[in-house]
Amino acid sequence: MLIKYLFAKNEDIPAGSSSVFFGFSAIFWFVIGTGLGSFNAAKLAFPDWVTGSEMFAFGHMRQVHVLAVILGWISMAFAMTMMYMTPALGNTKLWSEKLGLWNAFIWNVGLSLGLFLLWMGITSGREYSDIIWPVDLAIMFGVLLPLGINVWMTIAHRRTQGIYITNWFFGACVFFIIVVFAVGQSPELFNLTGLTEAYMTFWFAHNVLGLWITPVAAAIAYYTIPKLTGNPLYSHRIGHLHFWSIIAFYSTPASHHLMSAPLPEWLKSFASVEGVLILIPAVAFVANILLTMKGKWSMFVENIETKFSITGVLLAIPLNMQGGFQQTRAINWYIHGTGWIVAHAHLALLGMSTFLEIAAVYFGLQQILRRKLYSLALANFHYWFVLIGFCIYWISMTIAGLIQGAGKIYEVPYIDVVVAEHPYMIARWVGGTMVFTGNLVWLYNMYMTAREGTVVPAGRYAHEMAYER
Amino acid sequence: MAFQQHKLGAAAIGGMLGLSMTITLMFPSFDFRSAESTWVGLDKSLSNGRVIGFSYEDPTVTGANKPITVILDKDPKTGEKIDPPMRAYVYEPGVPFAPAVRHPANTGPTVSQLSLSVGKMGEATEAQGAVFAINRGEVNGKDWDYIENLTALKGWTPADTLRAATDENTRYVGKGKTVYITEGCWWCHTLLPEQTQDWQIFGAPPMLGDFNGEMPTAFGSDRKAPDILHVASRNSSREWMDMHFFNPRLVQPNSIMPRFDYLWGETDAHGNKIDFDKWRTEYKEYRAGTRIYPPEIPEYAGNSEVRALVDWILTSLK
Repeated sequence: MLIKYLFAKNEDIPAGSSSVFFGFSAIFWFVIGTGLGSFNAAKLAFPDWVTGSEMFAFGHMRQVHVLAVILGWISMAFAMTMMYMTPALGNTKLWSEKLGLWNAFIWNVGLSLGLFLLWMGITSGREYSDIIWPVDLAIMFGVLLPLGINVWMTIAHRRTQGIYITNWFFGACVFFIIVVFAVGQSPELFNLTGLTEAYMTFWFAHNVLGLWITPVAAAIAYYTIPKLTGNPLYSHRIGHLHFWSIIAFYSTPASHHLMSAPLPEWLKSFASVEGVLILIPAVAFVANILLTMKGKWSMFVENIETKFSITGVLLAIPLNMQGGFQQTRAINWYIHGTGWIVAHAHLALLGMSTFLEIAAVYFGLQQILRRKLYSLALANFHYWFVLIGFCIYWISMTIAGLIQGAGKIYEVPYIDVVVAEHPYMIARWVGGTMVFTGNLVWLYNMYMTAREGTVVPAGRYAHEMAYER
Repeated sequence: MAFQQHKLGAAAIGGMLGLSMTITLMFPSFDFRSAESTWVGLDKSLSNGRVIGFSYEDPTVTGANKPITVILDKDPKTGEKIDPPMRAYVYEPGVPFAPAVRHPANTGPTVSQLSLSVGKMGEATEAQGAVFAINRGEVNGKDWDYIENLTALKGWTPADTLRAATDENTRYVGKGKTVYITEGCWWCHTLLPEQTQDWQIFGAPPMLGDFNGEMPTAFGSDRKAPDILHVASRNSSREWMDMHFFNPRLVQPNSIMPRFDYLWGETDAHGNKIDFDKWRTEYKEYRAGTRIYPPEIPEYAGNSEVRALVDWILTSLK
């Protein structure tokens, strides 16, 4: 296995090793994260299912689900793609494979430790920043900084004149996530309190999405779609419009998460306006990718990686339409704090972002391992289970959120809202379980690909070859 | 390469993020700094202690080294009757002070000024412990709540003050909020009635100064259950709370709240081991209709987690 390369000389480590380590770790954490999600959903539908121990209490597992998916699946999938896309786009090798391998190793250890402590109830009690500050510091300096160094040095040592848009995103976003992480944890480090703490918590929660998850996922699509279809990116300039407007507009609306808290009104209004302007990068991204598909739309049906990738891009349309407008005062008063927001969060993370990453992990692992995907049937099973499971989840939670909103506005006794939501809680559990099942199949499929996939000849792409199974 | 694209780009990226952080972090900090603490803010800060959640003084997050809130109906030193009863915050020696005391600026310019000059807050030391209370004073024709150091003003010691309060009037608020955090109650309950129709059911939304010196605020974002900021005003029955925590379906058949029977710990108020299996069997019989009444819930011990949690709810969430 790859552990043996941890103490090898850098030049003896095969190119792409760290990417493979990150890739399989990411899939593993995805299985864990969605499994926990399914279990949590079951507890909301059937509260007496497993009781009597704090280890299986909803309040001990909810945050583990969230952080296993964000820091385990999504962020590790990002690291996986950075480890192979950054050098490929700079026509060079990764700055240090060894650093990448250690990065993946420490990431797994640190995340396991942090999540174990959270599960035990050792928490800071701050949403998305729940992990206690010593582990946070370890994540910042032991995980994110080494990742950044590897990406920045690879870009600096590139052998191309320009920098492709994907690398602009990668280089900038690893820097952003370190800054955002430092600011987000500062209340714990410096004992900042009160509204400052609340605002910092959501400044982090907003920007971890706005400056890390959505832009890096989009950057991945800027690589995979041209690579898979063979079409050049429709417009690199529109890509730059996306990139610079993300920094300008997505880094500022943090306080729109706290529209009903007593924050300064100017801050809420400012955030609300900036929040609508998020549509600029969103439209730029979706248009750019869909126009790149010109003449190759058959691949959306025929090619599994394109299928995942384009589904993710299409899901970005409702995501940004919701995201742009639901935070304005006109809409936020109705849906704030309801299941609508939960549905929206899953549309961002499980819908748009995850589909783009799955495509890149499928594509990258086949390329690096030089193995054709083991089974197209299993991959299609994965696609449909994740998509249908997600849709059931999203639709049921959106309806539940609208019920909750109506209950809030028309002053319905809360218990009646709980009763009305019950069918949707069951649907949510069914959807989540389908996603989990699909991911289990994916893990098996990827493992079998590494072991028994048809060898891809040098100079060929895996997706150019026919399936033999 | 003469033109280093990444250098220009890095400068531009840093500049843009810096501008963004100036607007979204530095400018709001001026507003936050000028916010004067309300009675609610002072009460939360004093009763919670330095930090809830992981900290130096409480690394396993069990609620260790937290202040104790007491309701006093007589003077701990002279024994004189206090009417109406007052609320005091007892910091035993070694318990770290609340942010409102450690960093007076947290409570706003006027309130901190009053607390330091009139309330003698600055004379308290963590090594000796102190007893604090909230009083009301006037500055420029306006009333302000401020912190009083009763150890300095009246000579009340932490030990005397704890002795003067009965068990019923001793509220483990800091520990209770710790349980709220570790058990993740705030994943479903919010502490933030919204500035819309919400107040009709859930009560007044919090004001600007209600959070000063609170850490973490944990007012929650995802409401799967009622807002509980003012729950004790709607329902102040300890008995109802106890039954609801042990098994919410005892008092609300349609509730989806988890059972928190494990917060009772191993033994009950009389030192006997709690037989959870027996309780569950009898409860199943009750649900099946072969038993008319549900089994009695065990009486919890004074140092149990559920005691502290209910203390916090009934004392702070008014």
